Amino acid sequence: MFKPRLIPVLLLRNNILVKSVRFSKHNYIGDPINAVKLFNDLQADELVFLDILATKEKRNIPIEIIKEIGEEANMPFAVGGGIYSNKQIQAYIKAGAEKVILSTHAAANPACIKEAAEEFGSSTIAVCIDVKKNLLGKYTVYTQNGSQKTQYTPSEFAQIVQENNAGEIIIQSIDLDGTMKGYDIALIQSISKCVTIPVVALGGAGSLQHMHQAFTQGYANGLAAGSMFVYHGSNKGVLINYPNKTERNLIFTQ
Amino acid sequence: MPQTIAIVDYNMGNIHSVYKKMTHVTSHVIVTNSAEDIAKADKIILPGVGHFAKAMEHIHSLGIYDSLQTHAIVKQKPILGICLGMQLFANISEEGNVAGLGWIDAQVIRFRITNTLQYKIPHTGWNEAIQAKDSKLLHNIEQCSPFYFVHSFHYVCNNKEDILQQTEYEYLFTSTVEKNNIFGVQYHPEKSHNDGTQLLQNFINL
Repeated sequence: MFKPRLIPVLLLRNNILVKSVRFSKHNYIGDPINAVKLFNDLQADELVFLDILATKEKRNIPIEIIKEIGEEANMPFAVGGGIYSNKQIQAYIKAGAEKVILSTHAAANPACIKEAAEEFGSSTIAVCIDVKKNLLGKYTVYTQNGSQKTQYTPSEFAQIVQENNAGEIIIQSIDLDGTMKGYDIALIQSISKCVTIPVVALGGAGSLQHMHQAFTQGYANGLAAGSMFVYHGSNKGVLINYPNKTERNLIFTQ
Repeated sequence: MPQTIAIVDYNMGNIHSVYKKMTHVTSHVIVTNSAEDIAKADKIILPGVGHFAKAMEHIHSLGIYDSLQTHAIVKQKPILGICLGMQLFANISEEGNVAGLGWIDAQVIRFRITNTLQYKIPHTGWNEAIQAKDSKLLHNIEQCSPFYFVHSFHYVCNNKEDILQQTEYEYLFTSTVEKNNIFGVQYHPEKSHNDGTQLLQNFINL
């Protein structure tokens, strides 16, 4: 039976891990290599590393840290943040990343998705769509770590992403980031319905029940989360964790 | 003399992870695109991600087509195809409609999914592989163990005997094949935790 991937999303800020709430308030989490080792032991399905300020600070994700992650990771991992050229993608793949994630540059120039997919294969290129909902309930795509509004609705942009041969879409709710209140199921479902490529849900997950909803109602193919996999308990103590097999089966059963 | 394993790098996607994983299980592994190295190796791994037609083009332009034919078919060296590498063993693929290496009597076709809401393409993620026959390649791997997949095309075997494992994604498709010295896996053992490592170890132990 096919099971959706449970994907810890780890935020890099240069060489350290942080966790945000609504794309700001970055708390220190720890050392990325140590986190990879723990997720190896916990047999995580896949990992995502995002350097959230790379674009804003006009720098690249440090290649050294990706190499170290690549040496350690026993599962596929994706890397995103400030990526705009095939040359950069080549370097991250060579360092061991399975996939790269485009975001700001994909919205500014969707043709770069196609160029990358042609060079490295569709399955290597994922696009992260960051979304904010306004008071009237209208969804809009944002870039540059949530600071820049685009003209796209999420569905419009998702279709452009698919037309440009991306292998996967990560749909992220900025409003729910770090809240652990549950995914925006309507948003996820709207994207799943308008594309045929895998959709990964991100933003708001706080429990296995939330993941169950995103899978059964949102048709998400991957269930990604930050806080849920790095915090424990109501005081949000830092603890790398991942559901065991029995717990995970709860997500998939109707 | 210890055996040498040649990972063929024909410029199709990420071979780094295959190489890295192999170095964890054996010290005699090389990455190469030369016919001489393929000739010297005891076993061959053909990895690969990307477009079928482009891959065949690279194999021809690098001048390793004949070498692969000789060592896999005439000399019967164990060869393991991973993902696109496995697909190249077939007669033909819908991805570009070009001939493959023709070692397994099979076609590679695009997934024909009817429920596109639930079953997205590429088939991406962990899925169970149901074993159809005995194999040394699957030694110490439990029936229905999950492996990591990323692909949009899959095998259709003309000879059922060649099917090693099947996997369900809306319908059953052939996820691994085995015919004499030829082994092909659609999934990525190098990314499939302990069972993947075990499979690569089994290939070394053949």
